[in-house]
Amino acid sequence: MKKYTYTEKQDTRSGFGAGLAELGKTNDKVVALCADLTPSLKMADFIEANPERFFQTGIAEANMMGMAAGLTIGGYIPYTGTFANFSTGRVYDQIRQSIAYSGKNVKICASHAGLTLGEDGATHQILEDIGLMKMLPGMTVINPCDYNQTKAATIAIADHEGPVYLRFGRPKVPIFTPADQKFEIGKAIMLNEGTDVTIIATGHLVWEAIKAGEALEEKGISAEIINIHTIKPLDEEAIIKSVKKTGCVVSAEEHNFLGGLGESVSRTLAEHFPAPQEFVATKDTFGESGTPEQLMEKYGLNAEAIVAASEKVIKRK
Amino acid sequence: MANIEELKSFATQVRRDIVRQVHKVSSGHPGGSLGCTEFFVALYQEIMDHDPSFNMDGVNEDLFFLSNGHISPVFYSVLARSGYFPVEELGTFRMIDSRLQGHPTTHEGLPGIRIASGSLGQGMSVALGAAQAKKLNKDSKLVYTLHGDGELQEGQNWEAIMYAGAKGVDNIISTVDVNGQQIDGSTDTVLNMGDLKAKFEAFGWDVLEIAEGNDIEKVIEGLNEAKEHTGKGKPVCVLMTTVMGNGVDFMMHTHEWHGKAPNDEQLESALAQNPETLGDY
Repeated sequence: MKKYTYTEKQDTRSGFGAGLAELGKTNDKVVALCADLTPSLKMADFIEANPERFFQTGIAEANMMGMAAGLTIGGYIPYTGTFANFSTGRVYDQIRQSIAYSGKNVKICASHAGLTLGEDGATHQILEDIGLMKMLPGMTVINPCDYNQTKAATIAIADHEGPVYLRFGRPKVPIFTPADQKFEIGKAIMLNEGTDVTIIATGHLVWEAIKAGEALEEKGISAEIINIHTIKPLDEEAIIKSVKKTGCVVSAEEHNFLGGLGESVSRTLAEHFPAPQEFVATKDTFGESGTPEQLMEKYGLNAEAIVAASEKVIKRK
Repeated sequence: MANIEELKSFATQVRRDIVRQVHKVSSGHPGGSLGCTEFFVALYQEIMDHDPSFNMDGVNEDLFFLSNGHISPVFYSVLARSGYFPVEELGTFRMIDSRLQGHPTTHEGLPGIRIASGSLGQGMSVALGAAQAKKLNKDSKLVYTLHGDGELQEGQNWEAIMYAGAKGVDNIISTVDVNGQQIDGSTDTVLNMGDLKAKFEAFGWDVLEIAEGNDIEKVIEGLNEAKEHTGKGKPVCVLMTTVMGNGVDFMMHTHEWHGKAPNDEQLESALAQNPETLGDY
């Protein structure tokens, strides 16, 4: 098992804030909008340096999405910022018609995704957003795993023409992605080569997958670990190649198993190389209040759950 | 100013185009389209500084956004006859593989369309974004929008109306087609919106009225006055009273023709009331 270490933990939303601030200096077409959550989205540095390129819409997400679509007409690259729940479910029709169907170059940046929002509870913990966004034709869906990768993704999507959903979160998680790693949309990252099981993880579950790989190694199980930061377009080639080698797969995500990364993996394999799969994901349920750690344990979204799923899926080969 | 008689004759041809488009495919929305004919002709033939060679960004030209996308027949007719695409293409309205979708869209690349609309209440937000982009680009041209009165029941409008007033977006002229009708009946009976002028003013808008929205001279006069009100720190609203179905007697003063196509006999009657002027497609 390849060794992964970290010296610092940081929230992925801060990676977004740092990436946006960087874009403020390097790309004068980038503008930002926020619906009254600038501290939560870490947008202060961009706003301070580029006040004329920031639009505070107030608590009015539908108008924010429409305005973002309009700002592209005139050549700008709008980044919208609010919680994942209010970036997707609340404004689905606005995104569908004014952004996706209209083919507008809007970057929908969504923080506090999933259970790790914690104490605020289910009203704010969206576990359906990946599904909602990946179903929209033309929408790119990205869920990076740590601060460095989120920063790199934030910068990279400015050069991608078309709508993007960028999902990140609130808890501080280990930074293990190299700061200089180039972010390639749609390109899976091989974290560890193995032979017994493929673990495909996204977002906060990637670090848990690494920890699971280490635990599995102690049990004599060789896990191949893949970081799928881009759920759409999915790197199908990398997935098929790996599962052809290992013969089974565990998908891991902080999202409902209906509509998430796991289903995209299943569809890919059903078409090209059917194989047993276990899903580390929430199982058609809402979240609840609690600390992020308590919630991830209760809903089975941690390294221990990935280990158990791996052992189970290997037996199904 | 263009010759008024020429504009009236242009409008007559547009009315023919509207009823012929919806008749051919037995679907579409003639009522609101006919009611807004004079507005569209005034906008594209007289008011706006626009370029039919069409560039999506539209820098240094006036822009128009149709929020109530179901009145696509009038939009398509006026765009075609203003040089955006061949008038013959009007014969493909709502047909398979056409760029003239039931509701306007950028998806098929039809020149003149800058946003998809159809799901109501979204146009003003988009227009505000485009208006802010103009300010960033130091582009002094204006952004025009059209909304149905019933459409104002959609809450997103009021988010946009509040934003525009609070932030002083003063390079936008939003016209509301006040025809008092919607699918289930009159706007007063379905969901009475009260005093629209007072509502817009309370949200910080400068509000003008065009009492006779089917008199093209009055529409031009009203929109020219609205232009004078831009650039003064407030967004500008024009409440334009129209008659739904205007110009086709049996379609007037009722919501019945909101989304219904005429049969062969009714088409004949409608065309007889609007003789060919610029040549049918």
